[in-house]
Amino acid sequence: MAEEKLLLEVKELKKYFDTPRGKLHAVDGVSFKLNRGKTIGVVGESGCGKSTLGRTILRLIDSTEGQVLFDGKDITHVSGEELLKLRSEMQIIFQDPFSSLDPKMTVSQIIEEPLKIHKVYKDKKEREARVVELMEIVGLDERYINTYPHELDGGRRQRIGIARSIALDPKFIVCDEPVSALDVSIQAQILNLMMDLKDQHGYTYMFITHDLSVVKHISDEILVLYLGTMVEKTSSDRLFKNPIHPYTKALLSAIPIPDIAYKGREAQVMKGEVTSPIEPPEGCRFAARCPLATDKCRSESPAFVEVEEDHFVACHYWDKQ
Amino acid sequence: MGEKLLEIKDYSVTFTSDKVDFYAVNHVNLTVEKGEALGLVGETGAGKTTTALSIMGLLSKYGTKTDGEIWFDGKQLTGMKEKDYRKIRGKHISMIFQDPMTSLNPVFPVGNQIADVIKIHNPKMNQNDVNSKVDEIMKMVGISAERKFDYPHQFSGGMKQRIVIAIAIACNPELLIADEPTTALDVTIQAQVIKMMRQLQQELNSSVILITHDLGIVANFCDKVAIMYGGEIVESGTLEDIFDKSLPHHPYTIGLFNSLPNIAEKTERLKPILGLTPHPSELPQGCKFHPRCPECLDKCKSGDIPSLYTDGTHCIQCHLYHKEDA
Repeated sequence: MAEEKLLLEVKELKKYFDTPRGKLHAVDGVSFKLNRGKTIGVVGESGCGKSTLGRTILRLIDSTEGQVLFDGKDITHVSGEELLKLRSEMQIIFQDPFSSLDPKMTVSQIIEEPLKIHKVYKDKKEREARVVELMEIVGLDERYINTYPHELDGGRRQRIGIARSIALDPKFIVCDEPVSALDVSIQAQILNLMMDLKDQHGYTYMFITHDLSVVKHISDEILVLYLGTMVEKTSSDRLFKNPIHPYTKALLSAIPIPDIAYKGREAQVMKGEVTSPIEPPEGCRFAARCPLATDKCRSESPAFVEVEEDHFVACHYWDKQ
Repeated sequence: MGEKLLEIKDYSVTFTSDKVDFYAVNHVNLTVEKGEALGLVGETGAGKTTTALSIMGLLSKYGTKTDGEIWFDGKQLTGMKEKDYRKIRGKHISMIFQDPMTSLNPVFPVGNQIADVIKIHNPKMNQNDVNSKVDEIMKMVGISAERKFDYPHQFSGGMKQRIVIAIAIACNPELLIADEPTTALDVTIQAQVIKMMRQLQQELNSSVILITHDLGIVANFCDKVAIMYGGEIVESGTLEDIFDKSLPHHPYTIGLFNSLPNIAEKTERLKPILGLTPHPSELPQGCKFHPRCPECLDKCKSGDIPSLYTDGTHCIQCHLYHKEDA
């Protein structure tokens, strides 16, 4: 039974990019498991490898090392027909609804495209009926069926992106900052839509974001990344109640809270900037900004250990805080 | 009550493009006192940036119609000659733009860009003094002066934003307008920038207008808040007036707060505002918010909505509270 629940397993996934100055370690040894119908939130600052991780799992880019098991099958190196079939099971919602939709296609053409490619319906009428159905699911009025993306606002465009990604009824959807380009009132509408879809269709999400309040709202489990490495992973509630890694703590304290009870609350302001991910030195990647860093941190990479049930941290001094 | 530094009286801006009128700002009244931080909150298209550009005198002359008055430190800014405006802009009022990636000139070292502002407003200052002033300002924003010969692309996003802030504060302005200064930045860098802005505000005793859509930053930084919707200020007051949930609020303000996922307590489902923000060319009659308002009354659909429920500092533009008063 436990086996059946498991949908996605990522093992020691690595993605290095070649640059003129050396290898850029975008994703460096990320492992996690994700059960059906659950949502994992991936959090981190810009450049920490969140998007690369999502894209590597989806096979939009090839990994350097490691394995991705999807539905019990190793998909790290599948190609051709098999890969095409895989695409109908895993989808992505992109961050920017302005650049991820083809400006020369109408709403119906955009939503229809995956159905055409995968030859889901033989009959054109059936396909068109499905497009209308999808538009209804995501809350887009049918009268927009022949409009172009530029005629619509950000919220509606993001709804098109969602309709396109659920067109083939995938099992797994990577949501790459799907609401960060939207206004708060629209953001709430889209978040509600995504949660409804999950409840109705049992989708499994990987939710990539830098907005911690959003990730808390939507995720069951949260993975915190720093420069391509995992620093902390635990359930959403526990991460907010009991963060252990100094980076997670700093990240949480930096969220501005819309409540005057917190006015003047001093965020733990971290010194310095993110170290370069190109040929990073041995040791903890966060050491340069960490208030607790010692020589050990600068020379030895901390292991990702389970400090309490289902709570993993990569820090030499997790018990000394 | 402190001394008034900036006063905007019944100010409106209309843009005309292809014979269509865009009502960007409608009858806005605002005052900022010395040393005060005002948060101007609203969503895309609410008229926040247009208001800011009006204060800076940076609106395009063509296709733009303005009405009303803006007073700064006893001088009227509206209708001022460009020559005179230039003496104020950058020296007495300056602005931090939203996107640090595009507001710096990529072909000049950052030190030169900071020095430019100083030289323009202090034409008699000699080069050595300018240089030491540049060093001093860079130190103030937390960037070592050795980096003044570097170009913008050699800095990270957070550092670029600090350079933009350095340019804005180079002449110790009395009023600093920050237009979404941290939207493009990560939370940890945002915390650094906000902390720095607060320090600078205290050191220089400047007033700040912080334009943002993030109520979290407002709660953290501002003394007064004005909430904009459809080019109007729908609610304004002190920070306590706006954030105290036991006080009455404009339905839009309530909707904004309900749209935010709460960190402190787990909410099962967000309560977003239904519908979409109206386009400035198609603003509804009556209350601009009425098509989306859950408490809309018949009288909201037409006519002027007077500012009501003025309780000292707290002001709400909504019919709902008038009923209670009468």
